[in-house]
Amino acid sequence: MTPLLTDKTYRPYYERGTGIPAKLLRMNWLFVLACCAVAGIGYAALYSAAGGHGQPYATPQIERFFAALIMMIAIAMVDIRLIAKMAWPLYGLGLLLLVAVWKFGHVGLGAKRWLDVGGVHLQPSELMKLFLALALGAWFQRASHEQVGNPLFLVPPALTILLPAALILKEPNLGTAVITMSIGGAVMFGAGVRWWKFAIVLALVAVIAPFAYHHLHGYQKERILTFLHPGRDPLGAGYNIIQSKIALGSGGMWGQGYLHGSQNQLNFLPEKQTDFVFTIIAEEFGFAGSAVLLSILLSMVAMATYTALRCRHQFGRLVAIGISTNLFLYCFVNLAMVMGLIPVGGVPLPLVSYGGSALTAVMLGFGVLMSVHVHRDVEFEAADSQ
Amino acid sequence: MKREREIRPIFTRRALLLGAAELGAFGVLGSRLYRMQVLEHGKYATLAKHNSINERLVAPMRGLITDRYGTLLASNKRHWRAMFMMVEAPDPAAVVTRFAGIVGLDPAETARIMRDLKGKPHYIPLLLKDYLDWRDMARIEVHATDLPGVFVDVGASRVYPFGEQMAHVVGYVARPTQAEAAANPLLALPGMRVGRAGIERVRDAALRGTPGIVQTEVNVHGTVVRVLDRDNGVQGRTVQTTLDAGLQSIAAQRLSGQSGAAVMIDTQNGEVLTMSSEPGFDPTLFDTGVPESVWKSWMSNPRHPMSDRATRGLYAPGSTFKPCTALAALEAGVITPQTRFFCPGYLKLGNHTFYCWDHYGHGHINVVTALQQSCDVFFYHAALLVGIDRMAAMGRRLGLIGRLPLGLPAVSEGFLPTSGWARRRRLVWTKGNTVIQGIGQGYTQVTPLGLATMTARIATGRAVEPHVARGIGRDLLHQDQPDRWPELSLDERSLAAVRQGMFEVVNTTKGTAYGARLALPGVFMAGKTGTAQVHDNTQAQEKANLSDATLPWKFRPNAFFIAFAPAHAPRVAVAVAVEHGDEGATAAAPIAHDLVTAALTRDLRAAPPGTVVETPAEASAGRSGPA
Repeated sequence: MTPLLTDKTYRPYYERGTGIPAKLLRMNWLFVLACCAVAGIGYAALYSAAGGHGQPYATPQIERFFAALIMMIAIAMVDIRLIAKMAWPLYGLGLLLLVAVWKFGHVGLGAKRWLDVGGVHLQPSELMKLFLALALGAWFQRASHEQVGNPLFLVPPALTILLPAALILKEPNLGTAVITMSIGGAVMFGAGVRWWKFAIVLALVAVIAPFAYHHLHGYQKERILTFLHPGRDPLGAGYNIIQSKIALGSGGMWGQGYLHGSQNQLNFLPEKQTDFVFTIIAEEFGFAGSAVLLSILLSMVAMATYTALRCRHQFGRLVAIGISTNLFLYCFVNLAMVMGLIPVGGVPLPLVSYGGSALTAVMLGFGVLMSVHVHRDVEFEAADSQ
Repeated sequence: MKREREIRPIFTRRALLLGAAELGAFGVLGSRLYRMQVLEHGKYATLAKHNSINERLVAPMRGLITDRYGTLLASNKRHWRAMFMMVEAPDPAAVVTRFAGIVGLDPAETARIMRDLKGKPHYIPLLLKDYLDWRDMARIEVHATDLPGVFVDVGASRVYPFGEQMAHVVGYVARPTQAEAAANPLLALPGMRVGRAGIERVRDAALRGTPGIVQTEVNVHGTVVRVLDRDNGVQGRTVQTTLDAGLQSIAAQRLSGQSGAAVMIDTQNGEVLTMSSEPGFDPTLFDTGVPESVWKSWMSNPRHPMSDRATRGLYAPGSTFKPCTALAALEAGVITPQTRFFCPGYLKLGNHTFYCWDHYGHGHINVVTALQQSCDVFFYHAALLVGIDRMAAMGRRLGLIGRLPLGLPAVSEGFLPTSGWARRRRLVWTKGNTVIQGIGQGYTQVTPLGLATMTARIATGRAVEPHVARGIGRDLLHQDQPDRWPELSLDERSLAAVRQGMFEVVNTTKGTAYGARLALPGVFMAGKTGTAQVHDNTQAQEKANLSDATLPWKFRPNAFFIAFAPAHAPRVAVAVAVEHGDEGATAAAPIAHDLVTAALTRDLRAAPPGTVVETPAEASAGRSGPA
């Protein structure tokens, strides 16, 4: 099978500009534009969530977005080879932060997920997803097809995935732990790990799941039961999901009009500015509005996948596929949860939900993705190409 | 390149596979959305319309205001009111019209509601009618099906058990303005009130509280079937004032029928025990809105019931200013306690003659006797020697003028002229101006609060600062130690001379206020009378020494009295002002006498902050008043 993108487009990297202006020109500006569009929709939704006020959600959030946007562009300028060198130290830092959360974390809503660093709320599990993709990319960077086929070669990356996943599970944050493992799986899948090995892992999960269920926390069990029978407790755990579905459904084709969503404005949904922010868009802009948002998000996933395909080095490809998987899982889990397709699990809608930690982590990942895009043709060490 | 050739196709294939899966997943989301939003829209729209669970915010109860013993000065009364949720009615205007027909509404109120129907956010309940009686409620119940979205709710209104007596100091609340409600959505809640005057205004933030949430189940008609959860929010904090409701009632009763003010301060800690201003007004009227006729009557009343004379009434203090002149002159060293001036009954200055109140003169007289008999000529001389600047500086030092951290809005600072001020105003300042300044006339403008502060400072020699709020919740606002005020560092001999003069005013037969001496055995009061002319009597009247009592009311002099007691171990300081009361000794001093007697014969120890006495025994005792 021939590569999708032939070497015709290839020019040696040294023939291309390496200055900042040249790098800026090489960035995927369509992707940046899509980011801004999603953040703009988020601004409108948060403005509406506050009953038509910039405070307390919309204005701070858009300010944070622009700060994160500058950070993203700055990271895009960093040479991907430098990022590759930093991959393992960053992974180590991520682990340290997770341990710190476990030891001195800030308890919020019954779970220790936050770390206060100089007044900034930090959710290390968000960072860990990116660092994990980097570390796995670095591991498989120079691996040959034979090496990937060797089960012993796969033990270290498997541990690399399981260690942070276990720490995140301990917080407890089941949703993020599952997403973290999925990202690790996606990177390993891209690296060429054989199909049947994934089949074995999935089979193991299926066997363990019923036992694991007994070890879930009360509220987690509650969420799963509620998902199975939403009518079970209409005022308790099922309340959110019922109200969320009503909000979505009452939007209709064209929506109830901006700032006029009855479910939103009547405050039927608590905490609607975070995980359930999509209901505001769906209710006030209808199917038309939500379809637009969905399309933009999908185009972003597609652009990230394109960056992975177009990249000429294995590190960039794997990191890009990890980041695109992260973006996809974020969107999918959040939207599916709001629509009542999967249990409620505390996953925000990227760039839309109110909250600084997730936004910063997502934009950090986009920065690395852009760096891959900008440095798609660089050559790792000469020995590599032999 | 072998590795790249092997690995890249695998990656490409698998990445495309993942991409396809992701596309598929988004497709599932999209189709699910399409089904919910477009195909099943009708079902969800119905659910949304008849959403059986309804959450709305409720205004919290406003915090209480108590006096120093916990007697309620401001509290809340529950009442029933009709509310209206616009979203639950297909045609809101028709419902309001029907409601007006069934229960009865003022045309002006109907117009206001119709305006609100358009202007207010439709998810905030609208107030249709306050203070429902059982008949109204029965009518609403009977016609419930005709009135979708209308429900009956408990509201709270502000009550002031002491009404007019405390109106100026406690203040009042009113509905927020449209601008305030727009700036702070919480204020848009029906029932929210904003402190507009007095303690209600200064302590508004503490008194306001946190709103609660009511979760109700409503049927398809929008009628509440049952309340699922009610969180009443957090009531605002209790503000304990330093006031003594009993003493305040005495002051109000003794002043009633006149225009005036009485301020009493605890000299040891600066707590204001009484701050009365007459006439008063009914503060409860502001809660619902003052009727236009009442407002007009207040505005046209020549005695201005709305103005707080205690903190904002500016008066020429007359002879009650003399202790300040005396201290300024003694401290400057221009006179000593032994210095004598000769009073022939007048002082000739150029071609103008300044008379003493006693045209027969006081003869040779020193500062103590001059205070005792209120000799004007002595203070003319003293003022000429010390000058206005040092008098003004002493007035500021004694707290007669200047900013006091009282804890009430818009307290007047008072004013004493200085040479710099006269220069800026391009006034030709003559000796004559200085002379009348020495007896508290001319440009002098002070408040009764300033006079009481000055008295407390003379009594203690410390920079006592009066304040009205004692505690918020269970927290004390000021420390209770008596000796925390800094020393004024006035010469003890100067203070002793002035205190002796003030002692003799009340306790010697020749003193101007001998009639107001205390009847308590072994307890003495020290004071100073003041009678300040408000009308420039003609030369002919001066010569005839016409009695001021024969003048029309508004030309009669203002009467003042300041006092502290017990004279040798001061506990309270008081200032009384009676507008056009004619003479300080007869109009103001008896009121001070009654207040001081009451204060010294009761236990002024305050209850810990946060104490609330539900049955105001203290209040009713106070209101019955002394015989």
